[in-house]
Amino acid sequence: MFYSLLAIRYSLTRMNQFHFIDRRKNPKGKSLGNRQRFLKRARTQIKEAVNKSLRDRSLKEIEKGEKITIPSKSTAEPRFRLDPDSGEREMVHPGNKEFTAGDKIKKPPKGGGKGQGKQASDSGEGEDSFQFTLTQDEFLDIFFEDLELPNLVKRSLKEVKANAYRRAGFTVAGSPTNMNLIRTMRNAHGRRLALRRPSTREVNELKARLFELERISQPSEAEIAEKKALIIKLEEMEARRRWAPFIDPLDVRYNAYEPTPVETTSAVMFCLMDVSGSMGEREKDLAKRFYMLLYLFLTRRYERVEVVFIRHTHHAEEVDEQTFFYSRQSGGTVVSTALEKMLEVQKERFPASDWNIYVAQASDGFTQSGDAQLCVEMLDRQVMPISQYYAYIEILDERELEVFSDADSGAELWRAYRGFAPKWPNFAQTRIARPQDIFPVFRELFSKNAKEAA
Amino acid sequence: MSEPALKQAPLFEDNDWDFAHLKTTFNAIEEIALNDLGLEVYPNQIEIISSEQMLDAYSSHGMPLMYKHWSFGKHFARDEQMYRRGYTGLAYEIVINSNPCIAYLMEENTMTMQALVMAHACFGHNHFFKNNYLFQQWTDAEGILPYLDFAKKYIAKCEDEYGFDEVEKILDSAHALMDQGVFRYNRPPRLSEADLLAKIAARADYEQKTFNDIWRTLPNLEEPDDEMEERQAEVKNIKLPEENLLYFIEKASPILRPWQRELVRIVRNISQYFYPQKQTKVMNEGCATFVHHYIMSEMFERGLIGEGSMMEFLHSHSSVVFQPDFDDPRYSGINPYALGFAMMQDIKRICEKPSDEDREWFPALAGSGDWRGALKDAWANYRDESFILQYLSPTVMRNMRMFALEDESENPHIEISAIHDERGFRRVREKLAGMYDLGMHEPNIQVVAADLDGDRMLTLRHAVHRGRKLDPKTLEDVVWHIHNLWGHKVKLDEEPA
Repeated sequence: MFYSLLAIRYSLTRMNQFHFIDRRKNPKGKSLGNRQRFLKRARTQIKEAVNKSLRDRSLKEIEKGEKITIPSKSTAEPRFRLDPDSGEREMVHPGNKEFTAGDKIKKPPKGGGKGQGKQASDSGEGEDSFQFTLTQDEFLDIFFEDLELPNLVKRSLKEVKANAYRRAGFTVAGSPTNMNLIRTMRNAHGRRLALRRPSTREVNELKARLFELERISQPSEAEIAEKKALIIKLEEMEARRRWAPFIDPLDVRYNAYEPTPVETTSAVMFCLMDVSGSMGEREKDLAKRFYMLLYLFLTRRYERVEVVFIRHTHHAEEVDEQTFFYSRQSGGTVVSTALEKMLEVQKERFPASDWNIYVAQASDGFTQSGDAQLCVEMLDRQVMPISQYYAYIEILDERELEVFSDADSGAELWRAYRGFAPKWPNFAQTRIARPQDIFPVFRELFSKNAKEAA
Repeated sequence: MSEPALKQAPLFEDNDWDFAHLKTTFNAIEEIALNDLGLEVYPNQIEIISSEQMLDAYSSHGMPLMYKHWSFGKHFARDEQMYRRGYTGLAYEIVINSNPCIAYLMEENTMTMQALVMAHACFGHNHFFKNNYLFQQWTDAEGILPYLDFAKKYIAKCEDEYGFDEVEKILDSAHALMDQGVFRYNRPPRLSEADLLAKIAARADYEQKTFNDIWRTLPNLEEPDDEMEERQAEVKNIKLPEENLLYFIEKASPILRPWQRELVRIVRNISQYFYPQKQTKVMNEGCATFVHHYIMSEMFERGLIGEGSMMEFLHSHSSVVFQPDFDDPRYSGINPYALGFAMMQDIKRICEKPSDEDREWFPALAGSGDWRGALKDAWANYRDESFILQYLSPTVMRNMRMFALEDESENPHIEISAIHDERGFRRVREKLAGMYDLGMHEPNIQVVAADLDGDRMLTLRHAVHRGRKLDPKTLEDVVWHIHNLWGHKVKLDEEPA
């Protein structure tokens, strides 16, 4: 078995002399290093472009890469060139139709649509802008770059223990796939030397001599004696070879792997939404965009993110995503039921000691009278102490936004939250009326500086 | 039995390729290339790559091994964009002037295309690389891959040691001077000299041992005295004016540290390596196109490829040699494939079936019959400029309907100075040759003085030819880069030559 493994290796190396080499399986992304250097180089411009493009982008598109246009100045590669507008030039072109020697053609006015502009832009300079595509990862990285999750320090990310296998030296037992050939062969070689195992070459030499002697038809006394001695010697050697085999189970070593606990971070995100009649398609759509953004953001910070959808009218229930966003229910509006449900689910499945808890609540701001106060109490006593972050988004229509331009005025829920918010730095409330608001609002909620200021 | 046994069964019928068919086809092509055309080639190494890998290779000068730099990332991003949106196709192949000659074939190619590409790259380009005098004298096919490997590792090491930004600064500035980083008249030393590489390794090792953070701010302290003396002696031997700016800066810059000089040298060597390719675009592509056309036609004659394949081949071939007229929206200058192929086909015609005109213009060639010898002679001993001057025939000028324009910046008119007629042939030919003379298109800039003992000012001179000044749009930026490498004042004068 050892031999066959080695033989495969040799045959692989010998293949290189073949005419054709199939490189398609070679690792991809050879130019990744170049790309990273390029992105780093044009960082500022790219960032500006990313922020600009986000303003008119829908959330569905966030899953895709993005075309980015940056001014080419930042990545110009200047070379000495001859000024195309100076001196005398002579050129030869193909396809003459009507010209004869001596014809004069009026030059087009300067700066006006010069057909030759294309040549100058060959290397990207000369053009005013440079366009390329960012992958989704690069795009999100840049977008989230100066955002951070609030309160990371206060409660360090709780870890779920998972095992990863790490190399841990060598062992004498293991599965054949993990066998370490070099160690094994080295041990065997050492042992063979120590035990003076006769090599195949030595044995063959003696055998060759023996055959020689046996071929002599009338051996002399001395030759007979030598032959006898040789036979005894050979037997001894064979015995020694059997006794000290080429490879002994003692020699075999295996790569050892040990499971090591790795701390993985995980978070749960509760989406609470009012689905009563007053929340129409538009409102739900806005809420959805916000949730998705938050989800994407969390997935970039945590290895594992669970999402729980809780919808409510006058009573709350946990539902799947599809139902959450697309089915309707009629009924009154009691926000506190959603909070109760959320706490119930959290106690049952997401102990605060193991999970980072994020809550995002979307509503149009209306609730049964008196319920707002109940919500505030529940938040204050039960929800906020275990949450990393709580975001309340009030979805208005555009007219309302103007009416409520003052942060202190608003529907009942808004005012109630407003009174209690200062107590908890990890509580945020904000209003959204148009899709364009979502990115700025999101950035505002999570931007590093705003948090420090708060 | 009644049919002559000449026609064989086609080597392949299927559109898809596989390695077995590639191999038999390669052998058939090789047979024609070596025994019929009598080409002389480096051993071939053919590598199959995916389109993404092709893009990769594209963006770094088409070299399989290249150091890392942001500009290659930028080119990749641009090429990828163009390709994905369908503005440009990818080349079917890339071939490298090395020994063995490495050709990349794209996996997307059909079997017919693979045959075309093998004939084109593995025999056409390969023969040209091995035999053309420019490549013979100015590049080192044996040494280029080891050298690039060294360069890549060296630069990666510098990035580890001195940081990405420091390395980038030097490379950016050196790249800006790449066109001024070649020796045009005397032969550069071979790349792969083992003792040279060993010396660099020893130098790096020395730096490692003597590295001391305290001295970081003091320039040049790591350079051992003997090396410095050697370098300065070399500087003294440089006779001004010197046309190779990178070479002069590498040797004489007062501020560069040894590793920075090495980076400048790497950029300079790579630039030098590509210099012959810039001067032989028409010939190189013409040679490869002529060879693939001949081989594919010959294979068809012998029945080695079927009619369907032949049609496919002719379609690709005619798009490759398509030359739009000057007033066509697709026109972007003369297509080197078209011009080269037309000229070489015409040489063959002149040798075999000359007209009276040809006898007058090419008395030595006309009717000689030995077109193989004539072409091989041309491939070996000319570059684009001299090739056109020597071989462009009235027939080709007439067929392509060439005309010459004169454009003076002060004059409100462009004048047609010659067309494809009896009076104009010589003038058109001369002007066309001039377009392929790099000396006419690249500014001629030389180091004329460097006050190494005084204020260290570097004086450069642009010899202005026919009133063509440097483009002010890039002038300042490039001078800034020179300053970055030189460290002291840099002056650039423009004077009529």
